Amino acid sequence: MGDPYELIIIGGGPAGLSAGMYAARSRLPTLLIERAMPGGQIVNAELVENYPGFPEGISGAELASLMERQATKYGLEISVAEVDGIEVAGEQKTVRTSEGQYHAKALIIAGGSEHSKLGVPGEEELRGRGVSYCATCDGAFFRDQVIAVVGGGNIALSDALFLTRFASKVVVIHRRDQLRATRILQERAFAQPKIEFLWDTVVKSIEGNSEVRQLRLMNVKTEAEALLEVSGVFIAVGLRPNTGYLEGVLALSPEGFILVNEQMETGVPGVYAAGDIRAGSPRQVSSAVGDGATAAISAERYLSSI
Amino acid sequence: MAAPQHVDDNSFNEVVIEAKMPFLVDFWAPWCGPCRAIAPIVEELAGEYEGQIGFGKLNVDENPKSATEYGVRSIPTLLLFKDGKPMTQIVGLRSKAELKKHLDASLT
Repeated sequence: MGDPYELIIIGGGPAGLSAGMYAARSRLPTLLIERAMPGGQIVNAELVENYPGFPEGISGAELASLMERQATKYGLEISVAEVDGIEVAGEQKTVRTSEGQYHAKALIIAGGSEHSKLGVPGEEELRGRGVSYCATCDGAFFRDQVIAVVGGGNIALSDALFLTRFASKVVVIHRRDQLRATRILQERAFAQPKIEFLWDTVVKSIEGNSEVRQLRLMNVKTEAEALLEVSGVFIAVGLRPNTGYLEGVLALSPEGFILVNEQMETGVPGVYAAGDIRAGSPRQVSSAVGDGATAAISAERYLSSI
Repeated sequence: MAAPQHVDDNSFNEVVIEAKMPFLVDFWAPWCGPCRAIAPIVEELAGEYEGQIGFGKLNVDENPKSATEYGVRSIPTLLLFKDGKPMTQIVGLRSKAELKKHLDASLT
């Protein structure tokens, strides 16, 4: 299907779009495959405040669309398809997708990550009925209500701060007694009177009939259980890589991230990984963009050597 | 190509519930990033399933009644109605291939 490409990039987040821009400027016939719409995780970010060049911050959706425009301006081709698998033995690589097969001599895998689930009873059943993974999408449904945020990282605190615009109270539930989030977010959260913290606490189950009514909690130190009445719970307990189809194909870390060296090489000649999907990524827009550039430069070097 | 029609609280009953064909409603709002991502997929599907399934978009900011009535507390949510009853609720950004499976199921 289609003309043979020199390079295929899987994933249209910041890493993939950056790689695509570099490849297109190098005049490599390049196809980027994205399953929904370019941008990746950042389309959920209300405001990206730590990407250099935007001192007032920029909305994630806006940043994504600027990155897409910059990449396609130089001729990057983008297709919408869901990738099912890749074949990487030999010089010609194959990408199997929902829309057919594509071939290229080099691949950059930049498929990013997805929010992790808590894995507790009620989570799946009440998704969309009070259980949410996207504060910017769903916050406004919880005006003047009490809601919980589960997690202690940057996404959890950004979500909690955003949700104070709507909710009467936001309870942050964290399994440890200190936060992982960056200091500036911690300072803002501690100063926000609508935010309360429950430390050393995990969610045992999410309860309610047709919508979320309460959380069953447990203190991990005392093992005491408690109920918390909330009408919504936002889950921000980390990200897992979209590498299900790569098991047995590429070397992965125990957590499923793709192992690479500093050139973003996976160990299979001509196959690279970039962004959140690679092991050791700091999972920032700026690091993903850097990974994408590195991977594209490595791929270009490989393509001119074969 | 058929574009999804705008549905509001007033027209919901007539357009969606009384529809002769299965009908997919895209609950969205302007401030929701993933809603912007799923919109072009829904538009393409509206073209591909023209004459078999009806498609509509409902802005939850302007039409809170319908969202509340169907328990929508997360967007994007796609609600697929058949014979006036909600048959499938799809929450969050999904691939076109996955959405097609749900749409095909409503046609059997």
